[in-house]
Order: sequence, then structure tokens, then C-alpha cells
Amino acid sequence: MIKKIFFYLVFLSFLTLKEAFASGNSGMPQLNPEFWISQIFWLTLTFGILYILLSKLILPKISKNLEIRKSQILENIEAAEKQREESEQKIKEYDKIINNNKIEAKNYFNQNRAKILKDINKKKENLENQINAEINKAEIEIQDFKNKAPEKIYKIAIETSADLINQLIGIKINNSSISAIVEDVSKKKYKLL
Amino acid sequence: MATNPMHQFNVYRIGPEIKLGQIDISFTNASLFMVISSITILLVFNLGSKKNSLIPNKMQLLAELSYTFISKMISDTAGSKAKPYFSFIFSIFMFVLFCNMFGMIPYSFTVTSHIIVTFVLASFIFIGVTIIGFIKHGLGYLKLFVPSGVPLVLMPLIVVIEIISYLSRPISLSVRLFANMMAGHTMMKVFGGFVISLGIVGGWLPLSFSVALTGLEILVAFLQAYVFAILTCIYLNDALNLHH
Repeated sequence: MIKKIFFYLVFLSFLTLKEAFASGNSGMPQLNPEFWISQIFWLTLTFGILYILLSKLILPKISKNLEIRKSQILENIEAAEKQREESEQKIKEYDKIINNNKIEAKNYFNQNRAKILKDINKKKENLENQINAEINKAEIEIQDFKNKAPEKIYKIAIETSADLINQLIGIKINNSSISAIVEDVSKKKYKLL
Repeated sequence: MATNPMHQFNVYRIGPEIKLGQIDISFTNASLFMVISSITILLVFNLGSKKNSLIPNKMQLLAELSYTFISKMISDTAGSKAKPYFSFIFSIFMFVLFCNMFGMIPYSFTVTSHIIVTFVLASFIFIGVTIIGFIKHGLGYLKLFVPSGVPLVLMPLIVVIEIISYLSRPISLSVRLFANMMAGHTMMKVFGGFVISLGIVGGWLPLSFSVALTGLEILVAFLQAYVFAILTCIYLNDALNLHH
């Protein structure tokens, strides 16, 4: 409905427009040669000046700017490439140094470990030797004591038997006779044992 | 008078009457817009080429983009031989483009909507291209009218057709631009008139049409400048690289 009204109004306005066309000075102002020469003159003048100024002053500048930019960008890219290569080289060098150092450190570590182990072993051996020597000494001493023990027992036995006899009977007996008896007894004992 | 859609194309004198002998070369509104367009182009591109920074500012980007756009267009259509004519084609393109665009401002005047202006521009190109062709190839340039691989029987007819098509180049070039600009502006004016005559109730439809047409006309303004420049390149290509 609204559309219909719209189109109706458009049609109406067309009619009024036609009247306007008819009443105004019809025809195209473009075909009126009154100002043709003036237009040609001004067109030639303005376009000529525009062309001269653009081609002599402005366009060379723009093209120069573009070329400078191009070369600058190329240079920058080159420089960047160079620096990248350098940095890669440096990274390689760095890696190499680090690897070398790692290997060196390992070597040092291993060497020192071996040295220390050697030292420790040496000291251990020394200590063992010392300990063995001391054990031997002690064993010898013990053996000594063992060897000396019967004699002492004899003496003690003689003394105690002498004391006992003295106290029991009140007679002092010669040590040598006691010792003979003790020897006799102990021999019998040993035999029994 | 205001409803007459052709009224906008009227040329009238601004200031006093200037006469060169018998010839009237008064400054008119057309001249005014030619001057305005030229000055604007010069200002824009002067600003765009003043400073050269590695990262261009807006004006510089605009200038350099137009420069590369047109230089690419020329090298694509006419090859590297057309390089010396770059500034002429650049000027033509920019002049037509700015005149078209200034015509899109309400109450302004569209220089390129006048057949005489476009015809003079097209004639510059036509005469220039013909002279270049004769300088480059001498009388051999006439081979342009004799396409190779055409049977001898048809030759007279083909040659006549080729000559007519060659001679009609300035007319087609000028009429294309002039008719496009005039038709577009007339149509916008007609729809603008509808908005007024239909009033607040019915005016919305033609108004929306008008808005859409404005966008279309801006596109046409650019496109016609581009077509004008690219046809110049094609004609130049014919004159420079004779390979018919």
C-alpha cells in the first residue's frame, strides 16, 4: 500500500518535472559555445602549469624518495642479514666454548676423582698396614704374656703354697722344695689335662 | 529554475570580461574549478613529497601510492618504453580525477561534464600519440591501419574501418567521460528534485536513492579517470610498440 503511494507520488513528480523542463531554457549548456574558447584557454593554461610543475618538480622528488626508500630498505635488509649471520656464528662459537668447557670440566672431575681415589686407597693401605703391624705387635705381646703366664702362675702358686703352709703349720719351708712339689703337681695336672 | 537538472552545468563569468583581441577568455566557474583542482593536486603532492621518511606519513603514502599505481598501470599496458610519458599520464589522471571529485561536492561545478573540456583533453592525447607514432616509426606507423593476417579481398574494408576507429578515438574518449559525468550529475539532481517535490512523506525513497547514487558517482568519478588514463596508455602502446 505504502509502496503504491510512493510510486504514485514519484509519477506525479515526474509530471511536474516535465513542466519544469519545458518552462526552463531547455537544452544542454554544454552545447552552448559561448564559453568554449574560454574553457579551452583555461584548460590549456591550468593543465599546462599542472603538467610542468608535476613533471619538473614533484614527480622527480617522489620517484627519488621511492628509490631512496628502496635502496635504504635493501641496505637495511642486507645489514640485518649480515648481523644475523654474525650472531649465528657467535652462537656457534658460544656453543663450542661451552662444549669444550664442559668436556674440560668433566676431565678435571675425572682426573681429580682418580687422584682422590688413589690417595684414599694409598691411605687405606697405609692404615691397614699400620693396623696389621699393631695387631701383630699385640698378638706377639699376648703370646708373650701367654708364654710368661705359667712361670708367673708357678711363682704365685709357690708363694701362696708357702704362705698357706706357713699359716697352717707355722713352718717356713724352702722355696725350692715347694717349687719342686708344685712342678710335680702341675706336671701331673697337665698330664691329666 | 532550481529544479532544472541541467542548470548545474551552466557556465557563467566570474569577475570582469577578459578579451584577447576578439576572443572572450573570461574567467568562469569552470576555470575556477580547473584552478582549484590543479592547486589541490599540486598541494597534495607537494606535501606528499616534501619529507622523505623511511616510514611514510599519510600524505607521503598517498602520493607514493598514486605514483606506484600509475607507474604500474603504464608499465602493464604500454611497457617500459612509455616511461618518458609517465608524468603526462599522471597529470591527466590526476586532473580528471580531481575535477570529477570536486564535481561531487554540492553546488560545485564539474569541469569534466563539459564536452569541450574532455574533447580538448582527448585531442591533446590523440594528437600527441599520433605525433609520437610518426616520430618513432615514420610512415611505418600507417601499418597500424593494415592488420596482418587479413585476406587481401577484405583489406580495403578493414583499412577503412581501422582508419575510422582510429579517428574516432578522441571522440569516444571525450564523449565517454563527458556523458558519464553529465548523466550521473543529472540523475542525482533529478532525484534531489524528487526529494523536494515529494516532501516529508514520500521523499525518503528518492533520498535513499540519492545517497546510493552519490556513492556510485564517486566510484564512477574514480573509474572514469582510470579509464581515461588507461585508454591513453593503450593508445600510447599502439604508437610505441607497433605490433599489428
